[in-house]
Amino acid sequence: MNRFTLIWRNMWRKPVRTLFTMLAVLVVFFLFTLLEGLRLAFSLSDLGAEAQERLLTSHKVSLIMMLPEAYQSRIARLPGVDAVSHSTWFGGRYQDHPEFAQYPVVAEEYLSLNAEIDLSEEYRQAWLANRGGAVVGRPVANQYGWQVGDRVPLKSSIWTRANGSNVWEFDIEGIFDDSGGGMNSGVLLFHYDYFEEARAWGKGTVGWYVTRGDGSIPLEGLMAGIDAEFANSPAETKTNTEAAFAQEYARQFGNIGFIVTLILAAVVFMIMLVTGHTMAQSVRERIHEIGVLKTLGFTSGSIFRLTVLEGLLLVLPVGLLAMLLGWGMLNVVTERMGAMLPGGLKIGTYSVVLGLSLMLAITLGSVLPPVIRALRLDIVALLRSS
Amino acid sequence: MAEQLIRLTDVGKNYRKGREAVRVLDGINLGIDKGDFVGLMGPSGSGKTTLLNLLGGLDKPSQGTIEVDGKVVSALSQGALAKWRSGNIGFVFQFYNLLPVLSAARNVALPLLLTSLPASRRKQHVNTALRLVGLAERASHYPRELSGGQEQRVAIARAIVSDPPILLCDEPTGDLDRSTADEIMALLQQLNRDYGKTIVMVTHDPRAASYAHRVLHLDKGELGAAQQ
Repeated sequence: MNRFTLIWRNMWRKPVRTLFTMLAVLVVFFLFTLLEGLRLAFSLSDLGAEAQERLLTSHKVSLIMMLPEAYQSRIARLPGVDAVSHSTWFGGRYQDHPEFAQYPVVAEEYLSLNAEIDLSEEYRQAWLANRGGAVVGRPVANQYGWQVGDRVPLKSSIWTRANGSNVWEFDIEGIFDDSGGGMNSGVLLFHYDYFEEARAWGKGTVGWYVTRGDGSIPLEGLMAGIDAEFANSPAETKTNTEAAFAQEYARQFGNIGFIVTLILAAVVFMIMLVTGHTMAQSVRERIHEIGVLKTLGFTSGSIFRLTVLEGLLLVLPVGLLAMLLGWGMLNVVTERMGAMLPGGLKIGTYSVVLGLSLMLAITLGSVLPPVIRALRLDIVALLRSS
Repeated sequence: MAEQLIRLTDVGKNYRKGREAVRVLDGINLGIDKGDFVGLMGPSGSGKTTLLNLLGGLDKPSQGTIEVDGKVVSALSQGALAKWRSGNIGFVFQFYNLLPVLSAARNVALPLLLTSLPASRRKQHVNTALRLVGLAERASHYPRELSGGQEQRVAIARAIVSDPPILLCDEPTGDLDRSTADEIMALLQQLNRDYGKTIVMVTHDPRAASYAHRVLHLDKGELGAAQQ
């Protein structure tokens, strides 16, 4: 018999209640973890440093309006520009799955600008050698079960081929990981030459330009310089950092994220209240026993520690397990819906710290008031209570 | 001449009941020798339990001093009192006050958690105490699995496990049938006679009081003459 035995036996005083409390804590922190995953997915707050420094130039009116391909050489000539490339939204679907991101790109330029794309040399060479080849982020490959060597048809909602078909076929030549913020991990990249040659319309135009500065000019200056270059032209431009563009894009889904967040937060809060009440009730039932312990010589401080430790023992291991399960669930969802969630669903250190703080808050918030009230009473009053 | 262990000098105790101050004990002067067995009798509300609580450091007097073995315990802080209680006083209550979530052995071991004894020694002490009260074979039983008399024996084992010199018993037979009460009183008598425990016992039962060396009567907070 030691103090831990006392804590442990007290915790299991009413096993069914303890199990239900643990279950509630499990649900709270499982949902909390999913909530955090969603919040981060919609906030895109952890985009890599590269995305903060790359510039994205699109048509001033709308992203769906095209820019002349000739702009690339004009941007490249501007002072302060290190490298420039372009992409275009392809709008393809695989079978009946939702649309995901595919870009026709100039492979060498795009890979050089997006160093976070982790593509092995073997895959890179295979892709460069195959005009109809494509490389794809791992989440997309995992979701659709694609492997290197597969030939996959994509039906574009925008681009028709010169032969009138809107089905484009690509050979998967490589699968890559994204070591950055994940913006590229849900993407399929294929050769611009192949696209340009085969498309029925829009030849000589691209969706947007991606530029990297050489550091000689501040980014704001570079952005202003690019837009000034095309001012008063038929296709004026709007330049921003890639990160700012992504945030703007994510804002379209912001309301969905906000509503989901609100609903989950309400559920988490309600379960927290119920859990806290149950834990507080369990302490209130033991007022008389606190009197017995004090009679035997236990000090208020030691009883306080025993009670708080018991609360922590009830909440912390289960809460951490719940967060682990939630993290596993986020990984499974990311695996299965990787194409729709380029950044994936994940939690960060902040989420873990926030979760631990909530666990502490639930424990202390429910245990402290009754135990402090009990310890303020004198022993005679405690022993008299039933 | 026996050495005096407990000395109460002009002890009084008031309680506040709303705006009114109620005097429960008044001008108690009392000496209890080491190894004595004192019975405290009196009608309900006469202040017996209050006096026992003061002796055990569960409560503090409103006036006067309580000395135990030369130490003025009525002047100790709550923390110091708790420590003093754990080393000097064993309590036996009418309703046993065992923790329902702990087995008999673990209930008995509770006071030893406040000592620096290693686990093996604590276990040894628990076994000895349970053997002494005749419940060694019930060590793993929970209070709900024991009879009233057995629960009281466990409570007595818990009271003596850390070998305190003083046992304070508040109606120890109040919840027991006559034959069980006799067994419990015989046990207390044995602890007093064979192990030198000084016992102060509150009781309503003259039969239980007859085991004491002397019986003190309290009435309206004042101590009457002692009966030997």
